Amino acid sequence: MASHYEAPIRKPLVIGDKDYHDVSVDIAAPIEGRANRQWWIVFSIALAALLWGIGAIIYTISTGIGTWGLNKTVNWAWDITNFVWWVGIGHAGTLISAVLLLFRQKWRMAINRSAEAMTIFSVIQAGLFPIIHMGRPWLAYWVVPIPNQFGSLWVNFNSPLLWDVFAISTYLSVSLVFWWTGLLPDFAMIRDRAVKPFQKKIYSLVSFGWTGRAKDWQRFEEVSLVLAGLATPLVLSVHTIVSFDFATSVIPGWHTTIFPPYFVAGAIFSGFAMVQTLLIIMRKVCNLEAYITVQHIELMNIIIMVTGSIVGCAYITELFIAWYSGVEYEQYAFLNRATGPYWWAYLLMMSCNVVSPQVMWFKKIRTSIVISFVISIVVNIGMWFERFVIIVTSLHRDYLPSSWTMFSPTFVDIGIFIGTIGFFFVLFLLYARTFPVIAQAEVKSILKSSGSKYKTLRDAGKP
Amino acid sequence: MYTFSNRLKIGAIVLMALGILGMGVGFVSVPSTPEEAKAMVAAHDDGHGGGHAEESEHPATAGEHPAGEHPAGEHPAADAEHAAASDHGASHDEHLMHQLQNRPWSALYVAAFFFFMISLGVLAFYAIQRASQAGWSPLLFRVMEGITAYLVPGGIVIFVIFVLSVMHFNHMFVWMDAEVVAEDALIQGKSGYLNPTFFLIRAAVFLGGWILYREVSRRLSLAQDEAQDNKNFVKNFRWSAGFLVFYLVTESMMSWDWIMSIDPHWFSTLFGWYVFASMMVSGITVIAMVTIYLKSKGYLPDVNDSHIHDLAKFMFGFSIFWTYLWFSQFMLIWYANIPEEVTYFVTRIEDYKLPFFGMIVMNFVFPLLVLMNSDYKRVNWFVIMAGIVILAGHYLDVYNMVMPGTVGDQWFIGIPELGALSFFAGAFIFWTFRTLTKVPLQPKRNPFIEESRHFHY
Repeated sequence: MASHYEAPIRKPLVIGDKDYHDVSVDIAAPIEGRANRQWWIVFSIALAALLWGIGAIIYTISTGIGTWGLNKTVNWAWDITNFVWWVGIGHAGTLISAVLLLFRQKWRMAINRSAEAMTIFSVIQAGLFPIIHMGRPWLAYWVVPIPNQFGSLWVNFNSPLLWDVFAISTYLSVSLVFWWTGLLPDFAMIRDRAVKPFQKKIYSLVSFGWTGRAKDWQRFEEVSLVLAGLATPLVLSVHTIVSFDFATSVIPGWHTTIFPPYFVAGAIFSGFAMVQTLLIIMRKVCNLEAYITVQHIELMNIIIMVTGSIVGCAYITELFIAWYSGVEYEQYAFLNRATGPYWWAYLLMMSCNVVSPQVMWFKKIRTSIVISFVISIVVNIGMWFERFVIIVTSLHRDYLPSSWTMFSPTFVDIGIFIGTIGFFFVLFLLYARTFPVIAQAEVKSILKSSGSKYKTLRDAGKP
Repeated sequence: MYTFSNRLKIGAIVLMALGILGMGVGFVSVPSTPEEAKAMVAAHDDGHGGGHAEESEHPATAGEHPAGEHPAGEHPAADAEHAAASDHGASHDEHLMHQLQNRPWSALYVAAFFFFMISLGVLAFYAIQRASQAGWSPLLFRVMEGITAYLVPGGIVIFVIFVLSVMHFNHMFVWMDAEVVAEDALIQGKSGYLNPTFFLIRAAVFLGGWILYREVSRRLSLAQDEAQDNKNFVKNFRWSAGFLVFYLVTESMMSWDWIMSIDPHWFSTLFGWYVFASMMVSGITVIAMVTIYLKSKGYLPDVNDSHIHDLAKFMFGFSIFWTYLWFSQFMLIWYANIPEEVTYFVTRIEDYKLPFFGMIVMNFVFPLLVLMNSDYKRVNWFVIMAGIVILAGHYLDVYNMVMPGTVGDQWFIGIPELGALSFFAGAFIFWTFRTLTKVPLQPKRNPFIEESRHFHY
């Protein structure tokens, strides 16, 4: 039994005089309307980037990895940096939909759909890199333990790169199922409103015949809770396994036990920053300011601030322990980060990740939409550099000085990264026009307790 | 108002008295010369038979380690002692003597830290509840404040133990021994951080900061009950957010100082957060147990099984989180197998097999199976039973973190350990419940108290 009592000091989560019908209309509007010119312009840019990226990928695979800027010492750079960056971004979606559900955060209702979409689209981008960074990607299926004609030659289960395969594929499948089950009532709403037969047909197909009976809802809620309970350890373990790629090694700067929780904190940090970037635009162009309010932005900023502080604490811990350990390689790895040839990347990472989120301590700043937008982008740049710094600065100078070298990317490295950004936005832009971007069923469930209209009614003494 | 029942009070006092007795026995039966130590171990072996099978391996282990040559031996204490002495045979006996002398001190320290850690974990949980504006938990704020009252006496005891350690009453922290440091280049490298004066200053700052927040928050919490507006509530929110930042930093440093430095050659970046997880899960477990006790006596009429359910979910969740961090630390070190780190787990697996793996069962497997079911999390005796196992498991966790560095393979959970546990349990109960009698158990004017009273899940 959910109680309807809410403390008066809680601010409304749905503003404007919205009732149930208004919610449906507002959320269906972008789907039922036509795309405007700006949408087509942005979509074309994203598509062009994607096509450029595809070209770069084809060139890599047909010519060889040597087209990248990698060398014998730095044999992981932009590829894995981008991979970890995209996976990290993908984590906020599951965090919002699963962890915030477990913590009964009602404000997640307005943002979970887009956050999950973002998860799925960025995990797709991430999933490209493990394949295209292979020397022989056409043999990629060998990483799967399937019985075969080589005397049943199997994979070695000791490699974190294999765990990555399981982690990422499970993560993508579970996120997809979680997202889609949540979409059923919303697709049904679009289906029931559709006037064009083609739309009706499509939304009938994707809503799986949802009729919204009591028993369906009861099971729906239970499934959501179970999936949230499963997705939470999943989200922790996936990025943990990604961090194991580095932490299980013996490379100074990589081998450190704090990586698992620290990567997860960084993932939440960068993921929330990306959600912030996307939603600040989305609330504007889709006219959803009544649902994604300044309070939502403020709360996301607080999470960015908290996880940013945790990441900062981890940076300092690493620095301290490197000194404390008395291991000269470890000490040099950090000295090299701060004062070596990549000092600028380290400085950028430190200032973007540790310093910039601290401004959120000021209420004026964290409730400012413009500053939030800027900081969210700054954080994503910083988090890209965090992965770059961890990967490249640890590799380019390690045990043997005779193997020290530098790294610089080629246009192919950069082109593939741009391509994934393009691909991401192609998917996200298509999503924003065809999917209900806010979970209307969930928003309706909090409308009476947290909608401003009903709050005012309640304050006036009406039930 | 809660009245401290006589039975509980007498129970607490008896626990303390028994504890003092047990600890006294522990301190009296310590050898004062290396020869005595040797004789004791020989006698002990006859008495316990298989219990200390590892003992025989010990001379071999020591033999493998020529004095002062290797960066991180299996027994940091052992290495340091070896380095200090030139005669190998005599040094072994002396080392044994130090281990045996350390035992009652370590038993005292493990129990003192364990109960202090519970109290500090509750304080962090309390601050999180305030900072996150939780609607379900304000009904339990007084319970949490009662438990955190133990921070003051518990903190003083810990601090006194540190002062005594610095004054060389024991050998728990080998880096405090100037003779050891003189022979050990690695510890010398760390002496900028690991030196007695700075150590005590840090401990004072940590304890001072935590106790300050506890007292301020308690005062504001009580003032809010009598106030006409929410000013105190807002102030408390700000203090809590500030405390959490302070706690994030000091908790990590505290775990390096108070626990990791017992093995001064070993280091792990995850360690602070690992100790944090242990602290949180024990703290939440104790909140649940005290709440259930008070409710069973009819003192918390508005607390319902949903509140217990939430606490049990946190016990469950943090148990898994603890395991996640335990596994991450263990697996990464096991996997890379770098000699200077791996010794930490080698000693534990060789000499502490049962407590080391037993605690995984108690802290992970058991709560995972018992607290998975939603209905069970609402059953009081189920939560209490799970709580007892979790608390015992986390006692063992602290035991596993401290003992191998101080007593090595001379460990046993006997009179000194149980005595210390009993003494601090008694003190903890006494202090907690005494504080609970001082103010009404239900906050009056907390803005979320109505939400908390209506809470159903």
